[in-house]
Amino acid sequence: MSGQANAIEVRDLQGHYGPSHVLHGMNFNVPTGQVVTLLGRNGAGKTTTLRAIMGLLRKRTGSIVVNGTQTMGQPPEQIAPLGVAYCPEERGIFPSLNVRENLLLPPVLAPGGFSTEEVVALFPRLAERYNSPGTKLSGGEQQMLAIARILRTGCRILLLDEPTEGLAPVIVQQIGDVLQELKRRGYTVLLVEQSLDFAMSVADLHCVVEHGQVVDQLSNDDLRAQPDRLQKYLGV
Amino acid sequence: MRQYSKLIFAALALVLLVAPLLVYPIFATKLLCFALFAAAFNLLFGQAGLLSFGHALFFGGAAYCTGYALKTWGWNTEWAVLLGVVFATLAGVVVGVLSIRRQGIYFAMITLALAQMFYYFCVGAPFTGGDDGISAIPRRPVFGVIDITDDRTLYYVVAVTFFVAFALIYRIIYSPYGQVLRAIRDNEARAVSLGYAVDRYKLIAFVISAALAGLAGSLKVLVFRLASLVDVGWSTSGEVILMTLVGGIGTVFGPLVGAGFILTMQSYLQGYAQWVPVIQGLVFVVMVMLLPKGVVGEFMARVFKVQPAQVK
Amino acid sequence: MGQLTLGLINGAFYAVLSLGLTVIFGMLRVINFTHGAQFTLGAFGAWMLLHYLKVPYWASLVIVPLVMALLGGLVERLLLKRLYEMNHLFQLLLTFGLAQMIEGTLAVLYGSSGKPFDNPMPGGMDLGFMFMPYYRAWVVVASLVVCLGTWWAIERTRLGAYLRASTDNPDLVRTFGIPVPRLMTLTYAFGVGLAALAGVLAGPIDQVKPSMGSGLIITVFAVVVIGGMGSIMGSIVTGFTLGLLEALTKVYYPPASSVVIFLVMAAVILVKPAGLFGRQP
Repeated sequence: MSGQANAIEVRDLQGHYGPSHVLHGMNFNVPTGQVVTLLGRNGAGKTTTLRAIMGLLRKRTGSIVVNGTQTMGQPPEQIAPLGVAYCPEERGIFPSLNVRENLLLPPVLAPGGFSTEEVVALFPRLAERYNSPGTKLSGGEQQMLAIARILRTGCRILLLDEPTEGLAPVIVQQIGDVLQELKRRGYTVLLVEQSLDFAMSVADLHCVVEHGQVVDQLSNDDLRAQPDRLQKYLGV
Repeated sequence: MRQYSKLIFAALALVLLVAPLLVYPIFATKLLCFALFAAAFNLLFGQAGLLSFGHALFFGGAAYCTGYALKTWGWNTEWAVLLGVVFATLAGVVVGVLSIRRQGIYFAMITLALAQMFYYFCVGAPFTGGDDGISAIPRRPVFGVIDITDDRTLYYVVAVTFFVAFALIYRIIYSPYGQVLRAIRDNEARAVSLGYAVDRYKLIAFVISAALAGLAGSLKVLVFRLASLVDVGWSTSGEVILMTLVGGIGTVFGPLVGAGFILTMQSYLQGYAQWVPVIQGLVFVVMVMLLPKGVVGEFMARVFKVQPAQVK
Repeated sequence: MGQLTLGLINGAFYAVLSLGLTVIFGMLRVINFTHGAQFTLGAFGAWMLLHYLKVPYWASLVIVPLVMALLGGLVERLLLKRLYEMNHLFQLLLTFGLAQMIEGTLAVLYGSSGKPFDNPMPGGMDLGFMFMPYYRAWVVVASLVVCLGTWWAIERTRLGAYLRASTDNPDLVRTFGIPVPRLMTLTYAFGVGLAALAGVLAGPIDQVKPSMGSGLIITVFAVVVIGGMGSIMGSIVTGFTLGLLEALTKVYYPPASSVVIFLVMAAVILVKPAGLFGRQP
């Protein structure tokens, strides 16, 4: 365990994609061992925030502290060893590699992660497809692979971008189970989710993002009590 | 830039008029030929974003056609030059159709390979004169009346041709067609989704560029009275790229400045001919690393805070 | 028959050089125009070591590629890396400029005529249907070993997996903690080393001339367009095949031999623009 109260602390994060100013000062904390979601409309800046934390957003300013270390200005390969792993929205399965190579590619950065056997036990479908090219998997299998491979790394802070998007309910359930298991093990998860139901089933804290800023924060209990509090942001 | 176009062209006309009083007419004429070559190349690279590494095919091929027509067939100057342009246009269609099927880096390699193929063809073909080339090409009176054996008269003939061609390029750049071309250059997928026949636009740009490069080659033959293998070789292709790079890719007057710079440099290095490739390579490297916008481009960006039609 | 060995040898060079270009392109998205000059520099390096320091060929075979790889790494680190944010065509222009500088300097130092390089493996063997010089057999064998070794390293090792993944999605690979920029430097250095190695192998075959790389590299560009740069094995196969095709053309229809590869390139562009082994156009 890191010993820090907050796995991630974001202060006044400004971000640009070329000429467009996407993040206008994000401020929020991700407490260690909790699951926090970023909710909001498309284009609000949720994915951009994850990318900024991972070091993939070149034009960013402000402060991002991961496990007590300031990461502003660092490249991704120096942020990952702090214990952060990223699962992008597109899943990022490498077409040039087969399933086995995809799974084993990310190196183990910290002890205590899932072993290969444990990961395969969580997602048995993957073992059956070990030698298939990465691209021949279904959407659900790709998502499982994308999550499985970062579990091996030993990183205990996970950034997941829309893990349930476009997946069948059975697989969504499976992913939900995996997240519950990760919670039991004390993992920290920052989750971008469109599905409110899924978000409420796993999260401890919700941050609502609009126009590149956090406009509201509520615990899961608060949200259950006042579900229409999100109406004005999500226009659902 | 647009608003001042009349002023700019008046200034250009003035410069062209007085140039032979300031520099040797032959040098000025040579400069205009290469400036035209570079401007033709820049139309393709700067506006359409297509880097051709084989433009010598059009330049040198037209030179051979014009030279051969003048010397061996006894044609009049204007028809010989026209023949060169026609050759370059047709060659432009063939090369364009083949190259445009691929993009970016592949496009460059294909143009280079096709130009090299043409080079080997010229090496072997009897009518090119092989290593010696076609020399002692006569300067016949233009339209039967204008005697271009006098260097100064030749200069003015070439200057008028250059002015017209340059105005044409300018018109193309600032026309709706030019805008579409730049849109394709900046975001091809978007242009396709907007319904533009992207390949056709690119091909037209390619053919126009080839034709004007051919015109430059044909005019060059009148100046030097020589057409040789060097004109179709990859070093000539490289040289026109260098001129455009030095002057400023995507700028209107960059090619003129670039050609002037490179040709002046070459004339200073007369006694050290073997160092020319080294120094040109060095200029390439320095320009790319430090001044990628070129002399004119950097000037426009810093002094006028204007971004020229840039290759991004 | 002698033509066929020549074809095999040319094919070997086409394969090694297009392999180098493909590997560099895959990782850096750059066409290394300097490749031909680096090939020439490899040959000159071996010649200079022999001529000035009496270093034998067999030592040069190891020393020259390593030194060139080091220099290549420096070029990538100091020059190429700064251009990645820009249009890739500028990197092409940079490598073109470097090629001119290298060849131009060699021409100034050594003139345009060739320097002879003594054959380190004189003699040959009689195979019945033809006479096979030892050195030529060595060149083909060495090239095959290098090509297949590179293929194995890229397709079957962990480092190779990192390279292949970086070709697909370099940013994501960095998020796993893998220093992709350093891998890119290494890849460029390796590609340059390959070119230099080919140069050392080429030295004793013909003469060592400053222009030996430039004509060759343009033909290799055509080979690369035909093959498609989509796969390592594809580059190797295409290289050897085209070398043999060129030789056959020389036997049956000599006037077309210098252009046959370009004609094949034109045909492939029309029929399968992505190349024989290419993935996307």
